[in-house]
Amino acid sequence: MIIQTRGLGRDFVVRRTRIPAVADVGLDVERGEAVGFLGPNGAGKSTTIKMLTGVLVPTAGTARVCGLDPVRERKALARRIGVVFGQRSQLWWDLPLAESFALHGAIHRVPAARHRERLDECVELLDMAAFLSTPVRQLSLGQRMRGEVTAALLHSPELLVLDEPTIGLDLASKERLRTFLAAVNARGDVTLLLTTHDLPDVERLCRRVVVIDKGRVLVDDDLATLRRRFAGNRTLVVDLVEPAGPLHGLHGVVDVAVEAQGMRQRLEFTGSAAGLIAEAARRVEIRDVTVDEPSIEDLVRTLYAS
Amino acid sequence: MADRVLLRIVASRIRSQLAYRTSFALHVVAQLIGQGIELVAILVVFTQVTSLGGFDRDEVVLMYALAATAFGLADLSVGQVEELPTYIRTGELDVLLLRPLGTLVQILSADIALKRVGKVVTGLAVLAYAYATSGIDWTPLRVLVAATAPLCGAVIFGAVWVAANTVSFWVVDGREVANSVTYGSNFATSYPITVYGPWLRRVLCFAVPGAFVAYFPALALLGRPDPLGFPLWLQYAPPLVAALAVGGAALVWRAGVRRYQGTGS
Repeated sequence: MIIQTRGLGRDFVVRRTRIPAVADVGLDVERGEAVGFLGPNGAGKSTTIKMLTGVLVPTAGTARVCGLDPVRERKALARRIGVVFGQRSQLWWDLPLAESFALHGAIHRVPAARHRERLDECVELLDMAAFLSTPVRQLSLGQRMRGEVTAALLHSPELLVLDEPTIGLDLASKERLRTFLAAVNARGDVTLLLTTHDLPDVERLCRRVVVIDKGRVLVDDDLATLRRRFAGNRTLVVDLVEPAGPLHGLHGVVDVAVEAQGMRQRLEFTGSAAGLIAEAARRVEIRDVTVDEPSIEDLVRTLYAS
Repeated sequence: MADRVLLRIVASRIRSQLAYRTSFALHVVAQLIGQGIELVAILVVFTQVTSLGGFDRDEVVLMYALAATAFGLADLSVGQVEELPTYIRTGELDVLLLRPLGTLVQILSADIALKRVGKVVTGLAVLAYAYATSGIDWTPLRVLVAATAPLCGAVIFGAVWVAANTVSFWVVDGREVANSVTYGSNFATSYPITVYGPWLRRVLCFAVPGAFVAYFPALALLGRPDPLGFPLWLQYAPPLVAALAVGGAALVWRAGVRRYQGTGS
């Protein structure tokens, strides 16, 4: 068991009023798992992560991470976990990326040969060779995030905690990062704990999802089960060449909304998008299609209402 | 092991700053002038009076030089602690807590502001002048005092600043409070404590031990009994005071970090 919490809670006192940020979080994560840790803003995700990493002391309950007490054994734990904050940097802003990696390796006492091996691997998989000697402050967000993830992995952590790692990234950068993280996790020696507002992150990386709201665990289940039970349907947005009446009666479609005088139709559907697109194309001439995923917010809202 | 890591961090900081040579040079010159102006102020005062708090010009210049050198050394090595409020406000402190190194050490080494070398240079130049001209009757003990006083002073300054800056753990943006202690301490220690009222004197001797930065070492070097009647041994106490200050600052810092982590709140 790499993460084990029981009744984990954290109050903050604001103007003499006790406000529970995290009320009761019980979590068991096995080695090698990839867990999506979801919830709306203010649900207590960050506070929980701070308690798991030893930054914040719990006011209730217990937490063991890598078998250690996060707060009391903070430095020992720091050697065994990697943490990536989407909105904060652990790199030295005025140093070339390669030198930031060297310092990071030194801080974690990574043997030189191991460091080089690990770094070479990340540089290749994340395609970083072109900007290794660029100072961090001159990197694009996408380049920097690749650097952040690499830095967090250099000391071969058992647990990688990612707090909104894809926030603000363009689609290509998101995809590259997801592919890399999936490969890291697939080798089985790194456990992933991921918070995000981006459902594709979770779909790509996590088999299991923990949803918290108001500091409590609402759901802890398989992503597939969760989607079946709670998520809204996907929507196929079809742009037509010529206006047409509502495309009722297609296979799997549960609702049709017409926009722009029939030039655009939103088909809420279950099942396969490919089959639906093919079927629609037989009925009308299609200019463009997109598939809208139900957002994490929708899912959580549905969960919370249920 | 940890020392070697620190050396690497510090070396990388220095390299990154030397990359901007013009900026570096201008900063050093600005700091030289900034620190020099305080000396000019003292000299101007002495065109109107012949003694200040019972000390003549050369004696006050000696105190100024001791204080300036100590301040410069402390500023160079510990000055970065003034960034603590920023670390707290931006959440950057979390990142430091996630590394297997001490938090204070990481803040101090995060940016070795080499431009601050300017202050040390001014201080050392005036100090050399003062040692040569203020008529010190050199004995082995005084040589030892002359060599260690700026270092002890720097340690005392550093400890006081660290302690003062920890106020930011309790007060949102405590920078103003901390700055008044940091920069006030430079000013206050540059003059003989005899010019202050009794209340401030006591503060400087026993609460914020600024009197041990320049005043008492200067008395030891000049071979003067204390005009205020403090015992002679206090003149040789700076190393002890420095050690106590470091211990105190470490306790305060630890309490601050624990407050940040939310222990027992």
